[in-house]
Amino acid sequence: MADTVIRTQHASHAHAAGPRPRPIFSRRNIIIYGVLIVLALYYLLPIYVMVVTSLKGMPEIRVGNIFAPPVEITFAPWVKAWSSVCTGLNCDGLSRGFLNSLKITVPSVFFSIAVASVNGYALSMWRFKGANVLFTILIIGAFIPYQVMIYPIVVLLREIGLYGELSGLVLVHTVFGMPILTLLFRNYFSSVPEELFKAARVDGAGFRTIYFKIMLPMALPIFVVAVILQTTAIWNDFLFGAIYTRPENYPMTVQLNNIVNSVTGVKEYNVNMAATLLSGIVPLSIYLISGKLFVRGIAAGAVKG
Amino acid sequence: MQSSVSIQNLKLDYGTVSVLRDLNLEIGQGEFLVLLGSSGCGKSTLLNCIAGLLEPSDGSIYINGQNVTWAEPSRRGIGMVFQSYALYPQMTVEGNLSFGLKNIRMPKEEIRRRVARAADVLQIEPLLKRKPAALSGGQRQRVAIGRALVRDVDVFLFDEPLSNLDAKLRADLRVEIKRLHQKLRNTMIYVTHDQVEAMTLADRIAIMKGGVVMQLGSPNEIYNRPANKYVADFIGSPSMNFFETTLSRGAEPKVVLAGRDVPLATYGFVRKDFAGAVWFGIRPEHILTGEAAASAPVRFEVCAELVEPMGSEILVWSTLADTSIRFRLDGQEKVATGDMLRIGFDPARASIFDKAEELRV
Ligand SMILES: Nc1ncnc2c1ncn2[C@@H]1O[C@H](COP(=O)(O)OP(=O)(O)O)[C@@H](O)[C@H]1O
Ligand SMILES: [Mg+2]
Repeated sequence: MADTVIRTQHASHAHAAGPRPRPIFSRRNIIIYGVLIVLALYYLLPIYVMVVTSLKGMPEIRVGNIFAPPVEITFAPWVKAWSSVCTGLNCDGLSRGFLNSLKITVPSVFFSIAVASVNGYALSMWRFKGANVLFTILIIGAFIPYQVMIYPIVVLLREIGLYGELSGLVLVHTVFGMPILTLLFRNYFSSVPEELFKAARVDGAGFRTIYFKIMLPMALPIFVVAVILQTTAIWNDFLFGAIYTRPENYPMTVQLNNIVNSVTGVKEYNVNMAATLLSGIVPLSIYLISGKLFVRGIAAGAVKG
Repeated sequence: MQSSVSIQNLKLDYGTVSVLRDLNLEIGQGEFLVLLGSSGCGKSTLLNCIAGLLEPSDGSIYINGQNVTWAEPSRRGIGMVFQSYALYPQMTVEGNLSFGLKNIRMPKEEIRRRVARAADVLQIEPLLKRKPAALSGGQRQRVAIGRALVRDVDVFLFDEPLSNLDAKLRADLRVEIKRLHQKLRNTMIYVTHDQVEAMTLADRIAIMKGGVVMQLGSPNEIYNRPANKYVADFIGSPSMNFFETTLSRGAEPKVVLAGRDVPLATYGFVRKDFAGAVWFGIRPEHILTGEAAASAPVRFEVCAELVEPMGSEILVWSTLADTSIRFRLDGQEKVATGDMLRIGFDPARASIFDKAEELRV
């Protein structure tokens, strides 16, 4: 009796082999892909509007629907946004801000990562006296709201003569990146087997040799993560850029704000859109280029010998 | 024998936890010393102190007559091999071997010569250009040994080097390490929790427990004349059978086991006048059966309660004098649960410990 039941059940799968075939339009697939498509549209729609608007002339914008594609494509708004739109006092477009942002971001990213990686390495490997206290202070630092420190830093920068200078802003970014980056590196280096460190010491390597010859090459994925985090954070920063620099040193974000929020004259939506897209290009391309590396770095846990 | 490594009154505390307590150890030139003990007894801690990777709280360490207590690890003339191999993952095998030599700015020519020699001794020449990730466990450990070899050190330190390998490789590499020692004649200090490794490799074994050396002696001594009950119990597999009884000294010394006198005239006493409550220990492999039992000085009849065939031998569990005991039979014997078996032993092979301090009598 039982035998017959089992046999009939199996009859339809008599030739089953390999992966089980799955219907494409199963309920599960429809839900998953439906949600994904809706979400993707939700994020892509504003970008679409920005791109089409930036390619239209002002007359077309005034009469048309914001979702309509441009009838007559023009790159004039992009050229204007880059080279001649007025951002407060200066009327040489975003190109100045782009250069400023580069001058701010590159050294800030370099210094903050250089210092934080050495910090993380020292904290996790060398366990010197007071290491834990230092680490606790750093972590607390990560949770103090920026607003609290704005004014003291103004005073501090003024006293050391860096207020308004690009180098002052670089210093601020380097210091503010320290807690989270140190945490990132410390945790990464803590996952490196301690015996590796011991072996290097027996081999006569000191603090610097171990860092440069052994830890640094092993930590490349986490360096990529840090570069991405810092580049986007510093490039997108508005608060510090607006507070600690003079107009001729404004980063791109502050310039963008001045363009978009200017109250004189007509609102040139196409120029605004082009300017916004221009200032987003750097972080966007970083994500696109390094997306794979980023995921690998985040996923990189224990280091296998 | 001139002493190669000498450890004097070494102490190490982590806060209030004492890991090493007043440890003294003299290791001779060219000696193979094994530190054996269960996990957490402080073996690695001691080895790390010798290597200079941990600072002792008190005491001093001498290597080749030099006080190296405060010296850097690289200045002690030691090489160390770790359980996890600890090869530098971004360097080739050649890079791994030469790293320590480059750090002391040795001339290139000399580095090449030494790497070639180590690679030859360990037979890893074909692997020199590979990264550690492309090596098997056994090959990695060989490279790790090579890293100590190229530095021409006087003392090799091994911290459970074979524990991450599978059983067969472990046996192979164990023989290779022994061969290496016979060839190089360096002092070697070898940490393990595996008693087979300890017995096969060591000139002397130091058995550790709770940061203290329980016994230091040749494998033979440790096996046949354990100094205390802990060592007796720890060494040997299956472990020694212990009976609670009383040692009395009348006309001749004896203990009573299952109502029968066990005369101890042939037993090698350490304490000639001790009498009182004791542990009487006899190893499973020293319990005789069959023909041999018939002519043994002391004989009993026991019931086989549990039979564990292991191929080459059969392990039988039984009860004698209200104590559970184990003994071995030849693998070809026919024995079933419930069979009555004749057993016996020679009291000269027993180990007796007083109950109070559990030290050898
Ligand atoms: N950093 C530390 N802090 C506190 N206790 C430690 C530390 N490192 C090791 N111990 C303790 O020291 C003891 C000995 O450790 P170890 O030498 O590694 O033992 P093993 O004999 O297994 O190699 C263990 O009980 C361990 O808990
Ligand atoms: Mg250990």
